[in-house]
Amino acid sequence: MRIALILLGVAAALIAPFFVYPVLLMTILCFVVFATSFNLLLGYVGLLCFGQAMFLGLSAYVTGHILKTTDLSLEIAILAGALVSAVLGAFVGFVAVRRSGIQFAMITFAFAQFVYFLLLRSEFTGGENGMQGIPRSELFGIFDVSDTLTFYYVILGMTALAILLAYRVIHSPYGEILKAIRDNEPRVESLGFKPERFKILAMSISAGIAGFAGGMKAAVYGFATLTDVSWTVSGEVILMTLLGGLGTLTGPMVGAGIVIVMNDELAQFGEWALIAQGIILILVILFFRRGVVGEAGAFFRRRQARAKDAPAGKPREAE
Amino acid sequence: MANTTGPDYALEARGIGKQFGSFWAVKDVHLRIPRGSIHALIGPNGAGKTTCFNLLTKTLQPSTGQIILNGEDISGLRTSDVAKRGMVRSFQISAIFADMTVLENVRVALQSAHGRAFRFLSPISSIRGLDTRARELLADVGLADAETAKAADLSYGKKRALEIATTLALDPQVMLLDEPTAGMGHEDIEPITQLIRKVSAGRTIVIVEHNLSVVSTLSDRITVLQAGQVLMEGTYPEVSADERVIAAYMGGVEDAH
Repeated sequence: MRIALILLGVAAALIAPFFVYPVLLMTILCFVVFATSFNLLLGYVGLLCFGQAMFLGLSAYVTGHILKTTDLSLEIAILAGALVSAVLGAFVGFVAVRRSGIQFAMITFAFAQFVYFLLLRSEFTGGENGMQGIPRSELFGIFDVSDTLTFYYVILGMTALAILLAYRVIHSPYGEILKAIRDNEPRVESLGFKPERFKILAMSISAGIAGFAGGMKAAVYGFATLTDVSWTVSGEVILMTLLGGLGTLTGPMVGAGIVIVMNDELAQFGEWALIAQGIILILVILFFRRGVVGEAGAFFRRRQARAKDAPAGKPREAE
Repeated sequence: MANTTGPDYALEARGIGKQFGSFWAVKDVHLRIPRGSIHALIGPNGAGKTTCFNLLTKTLQPSTGQIILNGEDISGLRTSDVAKRGMVRSFQISAIFADMTVLENVRVALQSAHGRAFRFLSPISSIRGLDTRARELLADVGLADAETAKAADLSYGKKRALEIATTLALDPQVMLLDEPTAGMGHEDIEPITQLIRKVSAGRTIVIVEHNLSVVSTLSDRITVLQAGQVLMEGTYPEVSADERVIAAYMGGVEDAH
């Protein structure tokens, strides 16, 4: 059942560019990776980072700068961006991770605003105008990826790699400790672990994946702007994750798809797009706490449980 | 003079105190817990039992005094360091990992002793080797048939048993149990008391407990706290006959009989 769904998803992703505008699809994929990075923190460690955009945006600029000023190949530029974000993530984690809940959120927010203004003032970013004309270097230094359809499959492959990495982390010995920290941090400490070390590493991995998404995005559009670092993007990724389903691997992917398509469809209505987002967020929090994927999963489990109970109930009736 | 602890005391408190603002929740408490004994901390509500317990486990840092574990001063260490030195605490509210399975709960604790906790690129199968030991521990506490259950779905008594199995995974020399029977019905209290008795073999146990019948069954010696200070220390018969203790409880001792 699960394998069938995964295969269906992969098949849909492979044929999608023949039916949907590839740039929209690539935008969705970038945000799928971005939301996955956010979910790793909130869904599996219980850390609400309200500044995730700093990792996305910083890496977009770093990747763009490398592509503009050097001959390095595409994947190296993106990985370099991701690495810079991972280092920033470790640093923010080092400072913020001893606090939890709203304090943690506010510290990460403050860092994100700091990064925003730093990038606004920096020479190399182009300030208000953003960084324009980022070239799309060859992949591995040999493959030309300037064709949009070809590049879609490159981005799809990168997305798959990022999700596999997140999957590996979640289902690793280390991931077990993360889930334990989410469930009961004092208990983890009492068992001889130092929780903050696990959280700092989680921040760094999450920031690295977010940075990977930022690098992908810069390569897709050929420009990087301050929007990618702004707090609205940090908020949007929260919406994506909650809408899709927190703490499920597929939830944030679905959420990212829904929000990007919705933004695209509602763009013509201007401010109304934001109002629609707000209303949807309120509805999800009030009625669909588990998000789209979470609610669907719960629905199937209930049906399975009923199917299992039914035969077991018969002997009792016979008595 | 330099080494008054000797090997006979597993845990010792020398004049520990904790100040919150201008209020001393615990003041000048001395304890000596002989190796291999079960020692209870009792006292009426607000006597400072829990604060004292949290100081011993290093959940709180003492304002004054020293805590000595196996002859080593642990006053400046934190809970995780103390755990690595063989002293592990439990919690009043069952400290389990609710969203994980019973087996995973115990395996997390085993990861602490066996390292591998930072391997974020290895598959889960790389720690399957710990499952055997985890199953042994679950069998010891009577949870052998529940390993695939979600910890949140266990009954209250079984959650307690799981917590004890998780604590035992670290093979601690000293176990500190914070009200292990709190909130339990009669049918659960007896098995947990038996279990604590069983796991106490070869270990030193400090227990904070309200239920005086559990205290009388289990403990070798009892320290009675009142208003943050030690009122007296002795065996159960000595303590329960003491007029100051009876006065402190104001009839609470009778209730427990």
